[in-house]
Order: sequence, then C-alpha cells, then structure tokens
Amino acid sequence: MQVPAAFQYERAKTVDEAIALLERLGPEARLLAGGHSLLPMMKLRLAQPEALVDVNDVAELGGVRLEGNEVRIGAMARHAELLASAVVAEHFRILADAERVIADPIVRNRGTIGGSLCQADPSEDLSAAFAALKATVVIRGPEGERQVPVREFHVGPYQTVVGPAEIVTEVRVPIRPGCGSAYEKVERRVGDWPVTAVGAAIWMEGGSITDAGLGLTAVGAEHFSSPRAEDLLKGKIPTDELIDEAGKAASEDCNPTSDQRGPADYKRHLAGELTRRALRRAISATRGQEA
Amino acid sequence: MQITLTVNGEQITRDVEPRLLLVHFVRDHLGLTGTHWGCDTSNCGTCVLWLDGTPVKSCTVLAVMADGRSVRTVEGLERDGELDPVQQGFFEEHGLQCGFCTPGMMMTARHLLDHNPDPSEAEIREAISGQICRCTGYENIVKAIRWAAEHSGAAEEEVGA
Ligand SMILES: Cc1cc2nc3c(=O)[nH]c(=O)nc-3n(C[C@H](O)[C@H](O)[C@H](O)COP(=O)(O)OP(=O)(O)OC[C@H]3O[C@@H](n4cnc5c(N)ncnc54)[C@H](O)[C@@H]3O)c2cc1C
Ligand code: FES
Ligand code: FES
Repeated sequence: MQVPAAFQYERAKTVDEAIALLERLGPEARLLAGGHSLLPMMKLRLAQPEALVDVNDVAELGGVRLEGNEVRIGAMARHAELLASAVVAEHFRILADAERVIADPIVRNRGTIGGSLCQADPSEDLSAAFAALKATVVIRGPEGERQVPVREFHVGPYQTVVGPAEIVTEVRVPIRPGCGSAYEKVERRVGDWPVTAVGAAIWMEGGSITDAGLGLTAVGAEHFSSPRAEDLLKGKIPTDELIDEAGKAASEDCNPTSDQRGPADYKRHLAGELTRRALRRAISATRGQEA
Repeated sequence: MQITLTVNGEQITRDVEPRLLLVHFVRDHLGLTGTHWGCDTSNCGTCVLWLDGTPVKSCTVLAVMADGRSVRTVEGLERDGELDPVQQGFFEEHGLQCGFCTPGMMMTARHLLDHNPDPSEAEIREAISGQICRCTGYENIVKAIRWAAEHSGAAEEEVGA
C-alpha cells in the first residue's frame, strides 16, 4: 500500500490567501490542484512536501471564457471542462483534439490545466498544444502579476519559472483570424501518455501561411516546439513538398531518448510523420474544408 | 484533523490524518468496502466513487479534500431496497465475473446515464475507458449499461407506483 509521508494540509478560498499561505509555510509547501500528478508522486515518496495548500475551493481560478480576442482558461479548469468547452471547440480544435486523448475520462474530471503545465512533465500533452498556439501564462505572486509566453515557461524537465510563493492563475490564447489547428498523438494504449505527439497551428491569409506554431512532446524538443519547421512554413503557399520538409525539420529539431514507450529512432520517425498529419489537418481547417 | 462530509446522504464527522486517501477512508474508517482498491496508480478505476456528483479515482484524492463535500459510493446506488437499474443491468446481463471492477464500473455507468440517458456502444466504451476489467472482456459490461439505459424509465415508474 502506497502512503504519502505526513504533511500539513491547508485550504485557500482566494488566490491571495493561497499566496499568503505559501509564503508563511515556506519553500517546502506545494500547491494542490487536481492532485493527479502530485499525489501519485507523494505516494511513491518521489515528492515529500511539508505542507499542501489546496486550491480546489478557489472559484476565481476556474472557468474557460472568451474575453475580447482571447480565450482565457483558468488554472483550475479541469481537463473535462476544456474538452466540453464550446468556445475552445470553435476556435482551437487542437485543444479539443488533445483533451480527447489525455488520460481517461475519470482522470480528466480531476486533473487541471494549471497542474498539467506546472507539473512540466516532458511528455505533457497540453504543453505542446499551448506551445503551438503561442499561449501566455499568467502568474501571480507576492510581488503582483506577470505574464510569461508559454515557450519561456518551462525551464527543463519538471521545472518552470513559477517561484515558491507564486501561482499560475490563467492561460490566455489569442484568437487571430485564419487559424486552423490539430493535434496528433500516438500512445501505447488508451489513456496512456504519448509515445510522441505533435500539435500544429497554422494562420493563413490569401492562400499563404502568415504564421505557424508546431508543438512537440515526449521527444525532448526544446520549449516543446520546432522553430526550424515553423520558419520553413512562414510566408509560403502550402504544398505536399513543403509539408514533407517541415516534417523532416521537426524530426531533426527533437532529441528523443529510448525508454519503455519506444526506441529513439521510432519516436523521431513519429515526430516527422505526426507533424505532417497535424499540418495537413490544420491547413485544411483554415480553408474551412473540415466539418 | 476533523472533517465533515456527506456520504450517501448521511452527514459524517471523523478525525483523520491529512495523508489518508479517500479510498481508505471510505473502506477502513466507514466500513463501506463496496468501493474497491486495486492498482494504487490511478489506472484501474475500481476505486471510482462520486465526489460532489463527479466520478473520481478515490485512490488519488485525499480524504481531507472531501471535507465539506458529498461522496456517493456503490452502497448509495440502491434506493429503498430497490436496485438501481445499473445494478439490475449487471445482474440481468451477467456484467461481472469476479466482481472486482464492478463498483467502479457501476458508478461511472450511473453518471453516464444521468447525463446521457441513451448512450451508444461507443459512448459507453469511452466512458469506461479509464477502468480495467480482467474478466469479462467488457462485452457484458456494455450490455449491462445498455440494459440499464433501456429500463431506466420503467424502473422509475415502478418506484413511483
Ligand atoms: C492515469 C493518468 C494518466 C495520465 N495521462 C496523461 C496523458 O496522457 N497526457 C498528459 O498530458 N497528462 C496525463 N496525465 C497527467 C495529468 O493530466 C496532469 O498531470 C495532472 O492532471 C496534473 O494536474 P493536477 O491538477 O492533477 O495537478 P497536481 O497534481 O495537483 O499538481 C501538479 C504540480 O503542479 C503544481 N501546481 C498545480 N497547480 C498549480 C498552479 N495553479 N500554480 C502553480 N503550481 C501549481 C503542484 O504544486 C504540483 O507540483 C495523466 C495522469 C494520470 C493520473
Ligand atoms: S485503485 Fe484507484 S485507480 Fe486503481
Ligand atoms: S469482473 Fe473481474 S475484473 Fe471485472
């Protein structure tokens, strides 16, 4: 039987209260969101925080909403909420695509968007999806609020720029015209972490690509993205050859390792192939050709 | 620390350690052993119960996180001695062999039918995809849930009559 080490439990009702608790309890305190990454690590004693600050009651951290030309996703929005969101389905198919294959429906009832990003697992699906969309993460702490581009949010495996008494409050995704997006994942079995997954977001105007975002996960891509493939695509008219080239560039931009999910060369192959598939779907979505 | 919560409609207060998992609280402290405990790794789903009306894997929730909330376990499915249509469906369609996965499957099924009273086979399979059955091959579990969907109206009429 797996039992976490003993810790102090506190519950916050507001973000300010949570920040004050984190400050008072010190650097060995951790925020508790859905608990679906933190509690398994504590059960295995891979994490032994001295205190947990439960933010499940913090209403201001919830919800997915349209504000101006942005979709704002609260840190405590559950995976299931993002999957069910009509606003997300309308603007960012990539997020709905990704959510459909993240864990299983019961885990999705509990796990949160903020927890997923802050866990910073190198195989996290949403990190790749948000990298493709060039989202912004909003962080609040004792010194106030700051905004960090998602591509600067992760500083390494399981490491982010979030300070000890800071909290991620929101993820913001800008809505820009002519966008199409898609997410492609290969997993060993239903509900598993990706062997490899790729998300693509494409912005088109007058038949050519004005901007491109490619997010890759589980393959050691820096900042979960492929800048070389993105640069290749920008300003071009999409053709099969261009998509092939982008796939090749993406597979070269990653640095996979062999593990129980597969050998490195297989993952590299997948990175290229999934980039091609995601790009084809994203591009045809910009043309409104997909239902 | 003291927690107060509603379990199957009954208010309960207990003293627990913060590190106690909800599955062990329900089984060992309340004696509600209908909720099973299997993998410990959030994978098998036999520990599924409802927290504030939503199915969760209770091996991955702390008992203290349920303070002030409501919990519904498989023991809370029957009403006035009448089996829930989901329970009846598992009986009619032979939806279990060893029965280890059954409580979690039934809690997920009840939630699915509450939100989607006439689910397709694909929707049922998706709903239970976070839960593992080592015996049935899922075939009869799907049939049991379909049985419940087809007989839910009738069961309610009987209760009402
Ligand atoms: C069986 C299973 C399968 C899974 N499969 C997948 C999968 O296929 N793909 C995938 O991407 N993920 C998968 N996951 C992971 C899951 O989606 C998320 O990692 C998990 O839900 C994290 O979110 P949480 O709310 O549970 O975070 P928690 O476990 O509560 O927290 C994780 C970490 O983030 C910190 N934290 C949480 N919220 C904040 C915040 N707002 N501000 C600052 N710090 C914060 C916590 O202190 C902790 O260190 C799976 C998980 C399980 C259990
Ligand atoms: S015991 Fe909870 S998922 Fe297996
Ligand atoms: S009936 Fe035995 S595990 Fe499902």
